[in-house]
Amino acid sequence: MKLSMEEVEHVALLARLALSEEEKERFGAQLSSILEYADRINQLDTTRVDPTYHVLPLQNVSRLDERGATLAPDDVFQNAPDRDGSYFRVPRIL
Amino acid sequence: MAGYNDRYEVVIGLEVHVELHTRTKAFCSCPNEFGSEPNTNVCPVCMGLPGVLPVINRTVLEYALRAGLALNCEIASFSKFDRKNYYYPDLPKNYQISQYDLPLCRNGYLDVAVDGGERPGARRIGITRVHMEEDAGKLMHGEAGTDYSLVDVNRCGVPLLEIVSEPDLRTPEEARAYLEKLKAILEYIDISDCKMEEGSLRCDANISVRPVGSTVLNPKSEVKNMNSFRAVQHALAGEAERLSAILAEGGQFLLETRGWDEASGLTVQMRIKEEASDYRYFPDPDLVPLVIGPELIDRVRSELPELPAAKQQRFMANYGLPAYDAGVLTGSRALADFYEACVAAYHDQKVVSNWVMGEFLKLLKAHNLEVAASRLTPSHLVAMLKLIDQGTISGKIAKTIFEEMFLSGGRPEEIVKARGLVQISDEGELGAVVRQVLEDHPGVAEDYRNGKEKALTFLVGQVMKATRGQANPQLVNRLIKERV
Repeated sequence: MKLSMEEVEHVALLARLALSEEEKERFGAQLSSILEYADRINQLDTTRVDPTYHVLPLQNVSRLDERGATLAPDDVFQNAPDRDGSYFRVPRIL
Repeated sequence: MAGYNDRYEVVIGLEVHVELHTRTKAFCSCPNEFGSEPNTNVCPVCMGLPGVLPVINRTVLEYALRAGLALNCEIASFSKFDRKNYYYPDLPKNYQISQYDLPLCRNGYLDVAVDGGERPGARRIGITRVHMEEDAGKLMHGEAGTDYSLVDVNRCGVPLLEIVSEPDLRTPEEARAYLEKLKAILEYIDISDCKMEEGSLRCDANISVRPVGSTVLNPKSEVKNMNSFRAVQHALAGEAERLSAILAEGGQFLLETRGWDEASGLTVQMRIKEEASDYRYFPDPDLVPLVIGPELIDRVRSELPELPAAKQQRFMANYGLPAYDAGVLTGSRALADFYEACVAAYHDQKVVSNWVMGEFLKLLKAHNLEVAASRLTPSHLVAMLKLIDQGTISGKIAKTIFEEMFLSGGRPEEIVKARGLVQISDEGELGAVVRQVLEDHPGVAEDYRNGKEKALTFLVGQVMKATRGQANPQLVNRLIKERV
């Protein structure tokens, strides 16, 4: 299954990636080969196989509604490119 | 209905998000609190740092089950969480944990009566689904012209329920009634503060218009930014009108998102949806599936409180109230409890209902207070009603006393004493006032002698005025009739 250029551009937009023409070609080909592989798996007859929602044989893992530690303010902003007082500061998008 | 054409039918579906008032967030142990210092209720899980593992708060599941059962839903025996992927600065992980194809609750309903309870169960509105998800953070935009926004991620990970109705609502009034009923139920089952102004209850509406008799669903407008039930009703009325005009002119509908502008009373286009949203949902591998057994469902069901519809029926049966009264009184659990505390100590249930629905609700509304925040207690109201029965105060004076009790929290006996409001039932004292009034208004007295009933009302009014409302009205009537 070969991805069209429009599909590649759509996926890039969803991932907020700005791709050059050369990258669109290169990644488009890589994505297509991944889909081709998925197509091969799709040829298997799975009508009598239950869907796998999770790979681990676990269910109902939950926690009590009890408070735990929160991060200290200095740690909160440790990796932030920019801050303004107690807020993260980001480029405006609206 | 004002403005739109009888030839058209309005189709409305509502999507309600409600924040659960758990102690901690949905998938981490950070406090779930409104109004904290920005970015203090956070940890690596809700900040979306790499390598963390979210774990579902079992109280969230329990609250979601309460809501599902109270809304008559089927509960899934197998449910799971999915990732809804999108990029926005208020969502540090770049995905929201939500539920996609296997929501916890489906196929419920809510009975809604537009007139506030005259015809209980008049219309059954389908509930498509109720699912669990997490809230996003809060963005504050700088003033116009600035190029940045500020982010507070305290709200990230706060548990939400999304409650989606079928497109069964037909008028803006019905949409409002649905919301009021839904809010009452969520308050009864004690899972959320349901404060629209604080954002703990939010509503988006989908609305379209079609010719009466048609079953097609035309492209819908999604209306956002409505921060009160009143705003929802007004925004939908405005949008119904706008869409009807497009249909009447043979115009084309757009699939669009519109924001309600309170100031202008109009909806304003925010964006046109050119394609279906592409959220690339997939099962969240960090969270394992939920298997819900009948024991859990039975336990949660057995612990549900009496719900508004059942309470309304009981109020009608036990207290002999009209459906309307019972509907208003059971509109909130706190008001219903207040009423029941009163009638436990006072014999006339309809009189109590009149005071609670009338003066009490009026004052609560005027002072923008919740029942719980009021200083008036059921025992104050009952004591006041007994003062009326004993003839100590008139019904008219009682209104003044009621308001003072409401404002000061004082007991009625003390207010009566302090302000000298005891009803005058002394025949000699009132007789003198009546004589004076008749002397001052000989013409009116003559009219009454000639059979003009209205003249009596005027004369009684004059006596009440002269005694600052303290005269016993029955006695005044008798005295005037005797002396004219």
